[in-house]
Amino acid sequence: MSATVVAGTALPAQTYTITRADLIRYAGASGDFNPIHWSQRVATGVGLPGVIAHGMLTMALASRALVTWAGGDPSAVTDYSVRFARPIAVPDDDEGIVLSVGGLVRSVGEDGTAQVDITAICAGEKVLAQAKAVVRAAALSAG
Amino acid sequence: MPLDPGYVGHTFPPTAPYRVGREKIREFADAIGAPEAVYRDPAAAAAMGFPDVIAPPTFPIMVAHPTMQQLIDDPHLGLDFSRVVHGEQRFTYTRPIHAGDVLVCVCTIDDISERAGLSFLTSSTAIATEDGEPVVVGTAKLVVRGEEG
Repeated sequence: MSATVVAGTALPAQTYTITRADLIRYAGASGDFNPIHWSQRVATGVGLPGVIAHGMLTMALASRALVTWAGGDPSAVTDYSVRFARPIAVPDDDEGIVLSVGGLVRSVGEDGTAQVDITAICAGEKVLAQAKAVVRAAALSAG
Repeated sequence: MPLDPGYVGHTFPPTAPYRVGREKIREFADAIGAPEAVYRDPAAAAAMGFPDVIAPPTFPIMVAHPTMQQLIDDPHLGLDFSRVVHGEQRFTYTRPIHAGDVLVCVCTIDDISERAGLSFLTSSTAIATEDGEPVVVGTAKLVVRGEEG
């Protein structure tokens, strides 16, 4: 069984690969058809480095890490917030780009909830800032 | 056109009810690559104490989508969607959304500010069942680039 998490416990980093096909799939599932997420022409035309991932896809992938750390129970997450710090440019190739999501338990409260700070790194840059969640501490595992 | 600061505190009418379906949850879970059975298998969800399959944590953004249209369509607010960037997003959960929920969103504008040629709009969307049971609150901060930006 997992050890109890305490302030300072690092949660095991999770990695997710994002390809152009994933952006198309997310657009279809979410209904967000903004062309900056699928058209190189439109994306570069508005000054972006290229087709970029939906911010909400990045937030969704980081939430997968939270659910993994919570032992597969999404209901253990009671609050989740992010700031979109930098767009993720997704290359038009088969490899895509890797998002790495890490977590650090900042504190564990009397009420049994843990404050978790989340880092989301892509190509060496922080793509989310001030990303944090409140998670039921008993559900968390340091892996 | 700048955002009208008189809209702070403004609440829009409730959105049309959104009926949450199992297959939509499955499609969304597939799209984000989330493997958990609790998003797909009613028996697995029941074993965890849920009445039906539940939705991933960011699924509420889809349910709240019509509130964005309310902001865009408002003739006096002055939100130019072509200049909007999603700045921040927060979800505060009372419970997970599950298949079978019929959800209504009520969006309120909490704050409007200007800084360095940018406009900022913070809105909160209370998502509840048709019967008024609170489920989740989504808070979004939108950044609107200036005309010359």
